[in-house]
This record gives sequence, structure tokens and C-alpha cells, in this order.
Amino acid sequence: MTELTKKRPEFRNINAFKDLTTYRLPPAGWVSILHRASGGLMFILLPLIVWLFDTSVSSEISFERFSGTFALGLGFVPGWFFKLVVLALIWAYLHHLIAGVRHLYMDARHAVSKEFGKSSAIVTLVLSIGLTVLLGAKLFGLY
Amino acid sequence: MSVNYGSKRVVTGAHYGLRDWLAQRITAAIMALFTLILLAQVLFSKGPIGYTSWAGIFSAQWMKALTFAVFLALTYHVWVGMRDIWMDYVKPAGIRLVLHVFTMVWLLSCLGWAVQVLWRL
Repeated sequence: MTELTKKRPEFRNINAFKDLTTYRLPPAGWVSILHRASGGLMFILLPLIVWLFDTSVSSEISFERFSGTFALGLGFVPGWFFKLVVLALIWAYLHHLIAGVRHLYMDARHAVSKEFGKSSAIVTLVLSIGLTVLLGAKLFGLY
Repeated sequence: MSVNYGSKRVVTGAHYGLRDWLAQRITAAIMALFTLILLAQVLFSKGPIGYTSWAGIFSAQWMKALTFAVFLALTYHVWVGMRDIWMDYVKPAGIRLVLHVFTMVWLLSCLGWAVQVLWRL
């Protein structure tokens, strides 16, 4: 038997500040934890999502308030901050959706090889971040 | 096997593995499909998106019925997901129960609001 060249670090009761910063996650690990984080974010911001739905469909007047919030802000919340929050929602939705489709595909096809796990995770990250940048540029009026 | 009876009974577990696992995937598929349907309607609408075209998408009766079903799917989906998060990170049963109740109230309040918006359209 060949001896292990280096003793691998063991993680038990990890310290959020000491261990998490040095913990190197593989792409699939990033997709996994971000799937959870994006889901949690959308849960917390759910009232805002319903508010966006309410103001955008209820009436002409509420629609004005909806688009005005993006341009001018609402109360003490400036428009750019509002856009930033909505951009976070856009990212959360895209990541959650794409990572979710990856999950469904893996469940349906039993595609659980290490290679596919890595390549599909990279595709998920590239697609979700790429689309977020694209839609974010539109949201902030860059094109 | 952990003890799960008498005073040791687990109050806030999932208990029913497959059912919620399957429900989470089916509701996810419904929402993904809904995303495509909504996206198609936005992309194929004529001219710039204003109030009339946007609200018009949701005022069709079939779209209202579908959106309603999607709201229900979303609520169940988020319930399963958030419950999993609480169960992973929060161990004391008392705090976990409070968080579960908070999750239900939060979700049902949002559901009621969204349904009200939808059906008065």
C-alpha cells in the first residue's frame, strides 16, 4: 500500500472565520451552497416579489409607482439600491432555476458521474452569472 | 435508530421522505414550465411592454388559473426547502418549531396577498 504523501485536513465543528475561508469548494459545491443561499434569499424577499407583482399589474397608477420606484426610489430607499436588490433577485432566480434543472436532469438520467457533475456545475455558474450581468446591464440602462 | 416516541418524539422532522422529495421536484417543474410560458408571452407581445400588455397577460382566465396553481406550487416548494434549511442548521426543537411556524405564516401571508392581486385583475 502506498503511503499518503500528505495528511489531509479534517473538518469537524468548523469555524466560520478560520476554516470556511480556506475551504476550497469544487464547482458542484458552489452550485449546491448557492442553490440554498438563492432559495433562502428569495424566501426572505418574497413580500417584495409579491409587491412587484401587485404594483405592476393592479392599475395604471400602480404601474407608474412600480416603474417610478426603479427610476426615483421609494420613500428613503433610492432607486439604485432598489435596482441592486432586484438584481440580486434576478441572480437568485436564474441560479436557482438552472441549478434546479441540473438537479432534475441528474435525477431523470441518473447522470451522477464525477465528470458530469463538474462540467454541468461550471455550465450552471457561467450561465447564471452571464445572464445576470446581461440583465443587470439592461436594468441599469447600459444598453 | 434514534428514539422517536414518548417525550423523545421528534416534533419538527420531515417524517415522509419520498413524498416531499417528489413534490419538490414536481412543483419545480411546474414553475420552470410557467417561466417559459410567461417568457414566451412577453417576447411575442407586440411593441414595448407597458401596463396594458403586461396586465393583459395575467387577465386571461386560463393564465389566472395557471398562475394560481403556480402560486400554490411555489408555496409548497418553498416550505419543503426552508424546512430543510432549518432542520440542517437549527438543532434545538423549540427554536426550530418557532422558525417553522414563522415560515408558514410568512408563506401563507404572501400567498393570500398574491391570490388577492391575481383575482381582482
